Amino acid sequence: MNSVDWGWIPDHARDLTILALDHMATAGPAVLFGLLIAVPLAVVAHRVRALRGLLLGISSILYTIPSLALFVLLLPITGLTRTTAIVGLTAYTLCVLIRNTVEGLDAVPAHAREASVAMGSSRTRTLLTVELPLALPVIMAGVRVATVMSISLVSVASYIGYGGLGQLFTDGFQRNFTTPVWAGVALTLLLALVADALLVAIQWLCTPWQRGHAARTSAGKAA
Amino acid sequence: MGKGLPVIEFESVSKHYPNGTTAVDDLTLTMPEGGITVLVGTSGCGKTTTLRMINRMVDPSSGRIKLNGKDISATDRAELRRGIGYVIQQAGLFPHRTVLDNIATVPLVLGWGRRKARARAEELLERVGLQPDAAKRYPHQLSGGQQQRVGVARALAADPPVLLMDEPFSAVDPVVRAHLQDELLRLQDELQKTIVFVTHDIDEAVRLGDRIAIFRTGGQLVQCATPAELLARPADAFVADFLGAERGLKLLSLSTLAGVEQGPAPESGRWRLVTSGDGRPQGWRDTTADGDSAGADLVPVRPLSDGDSLLAALNEAVASPSGLIARVDADGKLTGVTSRDAIHDAAGHEHARAAKADGGAAPAKTDAEGVIA
Ligand SMILES: Nc1ncnc2c1ncn2[C@@H]1O[C@H](COP(=O)(O)OP(=O)(O)OP(=O)(O)O)[C@@H](O)[C@H]1O
Ligand SMILES: [Mg+2]
Repeated sequence: MNSVDWGWIPDHARDLTILALDHMATAGPAVLFGLLIAVPLAVVAHRVRALRGLLLGISSILYTIPSLALFVLLLPITGLTRTTAIVGLTAYTLCVLIRNTVEGLDAVPAHAREASVAMGSSRTRTLLTVELPLALPVIMAGVRVATVMSISLVSVASYIGYGGLGQLFTDGFQRNFTTPVWAGVALTLLLALVADALLVAIQWLCTPWQRGHAARTSAGKAA
Repeated sequence: MGKGLPVIEFESVSKHYPNGTTAVDDLTLTMPEGGITVLVGTSGCGKTTTLRMINRMVDPSSGRIKLNGKDISATDRAELRRGIGYVIQQAGLFPHRTVLDNIATVPLVLGWGRRKARARAEELLERVGLQPDAAKRYPHQLSGGQQQRVGVARALAADPPVLLMDEPFSAVDPVVRAHLQDELLRLQDELQKTIVFVTHDIDEAVRLGDRIAIFRTGGQLVQCATPAELLARPADAFVADFLGAERGLKLLSLSTLAGVEQGPAPESGRWRLVTSGDGRPQGWRDTTADGDSAGADLVPVRPLSDGDSLLAALNEAVASPSGLIARVDADGKLTGVTSRDAIHDAAGHEHARAAKADGGAAPAKTDAEGVIA
């Protein structure tokens, strides 16, 4: 039985919604915690040249650990909990989030940083009010990649019972029934698209100076 | 504190960068209160380094810098900087803040509160000649000249007594630059800040400076004097060379026509000055030309008032067919004419006077205390 059983979907609308929410309850916190860890580390990597290679290296190594292996390695520590799933996904987001935040901070125009310091702002104030806002577009690009990646990786956590929509894949596989698999794929895709659109909207709201980008670049060149 | 007292004092200050470059070499220099001190010199001679040592963006390797008599190395950096306005090339505005928020930066850092900071920013916006509708725009939506105005407004926001300006007008075209220079002088007239201004443009230095300090590569101060003294008596060949071939003419740009004798417009001779009914000069009429149809074939005249420079007068005299310049009062009404010879005499006089002056009074532009008259 390989064709989609369309009737199955409305019959399970409630279950699907719960699974989708469950999916986001794992992916969302992973990106959030990823950001909370990545931004301070990126600030250190940006300011202390000697640590930059080390931090970027570690985050890259984390990224290359096969996801299944990572969950297995975490089991003795955090057990069969959602925490395991979130910790694992957080580790994966670090690579792109640290890299993009460092890149964003590097791209802050030197004159803006200078001007802030020269006007008597502390380094922390300069970071919060000048550097991070100006790095935001690049950081947000990283957040978007990390979010889509996390949403697609959640299903791997099915093995420990927190796979969100991924449960549909194991379910369909065990029953040799493809409809739940298709539904899971479609919903994962939908979640990724909605989350990405939401992030684009957030970025648009947070970076009013970037609107009308064409005008910006031409004015930038003229100045 | 009285006018002209030293506000910023460099005492044997040197700066060697870790890579071995000597950017500033044993500099001793004072910058008087309420005056514009211009630092000039070729690229890499240490002007920016000197400037940035004042707000401790750079620390000297040796020597001491005092602000209002107090060693700045004993002052908290951030606190020191909040009391010193800083304007840099290309304005250095924050691209992510509106014009108003850019200007309000230091007041906000000082904890004035949003409302008061914004009100102050609005006031400054107007002061530097920007339209109120610029307030909500972002820096990239302004022209280069407008950005520089915002940069100046931002530096002035917390009303700091000292202003550091590092080639603030070098990125705009000459017409806009001249305009910005005029505005700076107008503002300075009102505000009487102690300004240190870096440029590599000697004309800008002569135009703005109450005193000009010329640096040589290697960070050595060669001469510091009023523009008139510098132009009349350069310390050495390096300074003379830096001042350029038109050194004499630049000196004339510092003196005004006021006090140069004038006589009545000629009643005879080939050229007659035609005035309108209310006494405004219209042009020169050639009496040898056929017919005396007025108007169309007049040679145009550019009347000068007492505030115009001797250089402008000389230029006008050379261009005038009669060799005479038309002088007018504040209302533009003819007061008399002055001959090329009289302007020459006045010019010679100025040279002699500037050369004799002993580090003190510059003619016309500054008074004895180095404050713009
Ligand atoms: N951070 C630094 N490290 C090493 N050398 C520096 C540094 N900053 C400036 N220098 C060097 O010190 C010298 C003086 O530099 P400075 O920027 O003060 O010159 P400047 O007179 O402002 O030049 P310009 O007119 O080009 O702006 C130059 O030779 C420059 O290369
Ligand atoms: Mg410089």
